[in-house]
Amino acid sequence: MDKNKLEIKTYIQQTSVIIDLPIDPKYLPGVVDNLTSIAEIATLFTEFELPETIEAAPIFQP
Amino acid sequence: MIIYSLDAIALSQKINNQEITATKVITDIINNIEQQNPTLNCFTKILKKQALEQANKVDQEVEKGNNLGLLTGVPFAVKNLFDIQGVTTLAGSKINQENYPASQDATAIKKLKAAGAILVGALNMDEYAYGFVTENSHYGATPNPRDLSKISGGSSGGSAAAVAANLVSFSLGSDTNGSIRVPAALCGVFGLKPTYGRLSRAGTVLFSNSLDHIGGFTRSLRDMAAIFDVLQGEDKSDPVCTSLAPQFCFNQLNNDIGNLKIAVAGDYFQAGAEPETLEVIENLTKLLNIEQIVSIPESHRARAAAYIITACEGSNFHLKNLRSRPQDFDPATRDRFLAGAFIPNNWYIQAQRFRRWYRDQVKEIFQEIDVIIAPTTPCVATSLGQEKMIINGEEILIRPNLGRFTQPLSFIGLPVLSFPILRANKLPLGVQLIAAPYQELKILQVASFLEKKLKPFP
Repeated sequence: MDKNKLEIKTYIQQTSVIIDLPIDPKYLPGVVDNLTSIAEIATLFTEFELPETIEAAPIFQP
Repeated sequence: MIIYSLDAIALSQKINNQEITATKVITDIINNIEQQNPTLNCFTKILKKQALEQANKVDQEVEKGNNLGLLTGVPFAVKNLFDIQGVTTLAGSKINQENYPASQDATAIKKLKAAGAILVGALNMDEYAYGFVTENSHYGATPNPRDLSKISGGSSGGSAAAVAANLVSFSLGSDTNGSIRVPAALCGVFGLKPTYGRLSRAGTVLFSNSLDHIGGFTRSLRDMAAIFDVLQGEDKSDPVCTSLAPQFCFNQLNNDIGNLKIAVAGDYFQAGAEPETLEVIENLTKLLNIEQIVSIPESHRARAAAYIITACEGSNFHLKNLRSRPQDFDPATRDRFLAGAFIPNNWYIQAQRFRRWYRDQVKEIFQEIDVIIAPTTPCVATSLGQEKMIINGEEILIRPNLGRFTQPLSFIGLPVLSFPILRANKLPLGVQLIAAPYQELKILQVASFLEKKLKPFP
């Protein structure tokens, strides 16, 4: 397992306790793979510098 | 059965003119569905009794001389995430089988029934709409009616396949990242994802609230305009449904498009696709005399941000069941839903902020351009069960990449129609016609021009 996946596996195992979402060991490899992929994809926009004035876009009309 | 390949408007005219009764239409349609469904696996529920009761009422109205409207007696079906009164809404899942039957129809179904259309059943989909293939482990795969060894696309695969196979005149589906447009393209039918918030989603099972839309599948443009017109209108039951006045399109389809500025999307939207896909775009560019190429900046980042928002919102929606019964999810969705629950909040908020930035960039483009064209999918329908494909010599995963060209557009809620490109001895492809928010009419007018030229359903 590469370093990134190992870190993500540790992150999932620790966070799962905090958020009360136990991961069955048989699903863990798949969940690690998916979150590793998500982390790679997320860098595409987290590395992109946005103006500070840009607000989040979700629509909420009370 | 030739009459059933007619479009909805033509069929409705025959019923209103008393050339055929709605009861005869629905009886034959349901017989045909019952014969074909073991092979096509579009329907998860066939509403024979209810449909025949409604057909009888329609016939009584027609006999009295009452014209119910453009959709009189026309059979339609819905993706099984729409509530149907008296039926349990599955949303492609096993878990939801335990839910009570819906107490009322979804708003969209109510409106269509009021316009005379007759609901004949519910259609297969990827579990909880999380997929582009409609290979559902609980209800089976819905194969592509044009080649049964291929996928129909997803997640509204049953909706696209049922229309392509002439099982119904039209259908409804939902689109979060491409789930109407992808199957429409792969099955070769029209698929419209209107502006975010344009049509009420009340009474549907949501997947990713800030990205979910509903829309339709048809075999003609006038059918699409007719159902779009029927479905428009404010609905307080859906908090994101617009209060803007409807813009009715049916009577304006044939307006001259000479004053519309049309461009083709370049860069991102011309990479990562098969040569035959780009050839289709080139042909349409010539047909529409398009001279301008526009670049929609940072679309690869838009797709990434849409991916993260979807994963976060989807996981949150299903968190209770992910905790207590993950084994009951489709293996194709389970690990993705579980992983989504671990996404740091900063990524989600940054994705939503990026969404605003990207929307502003695209808004600028639409100051100068009315309609943009782009491919719907990178390739034709792939084989059932196939996991990878090779595009431009590079091996890539099919499931996520089918949405490559659709995802950045729904991310900012733009209205998009997938126009079917039907080719002799080849599988269909689709072309997206894209406009600024609430400009569905412009898309439908350009599509109407193309329909006359290309005659996808002569």
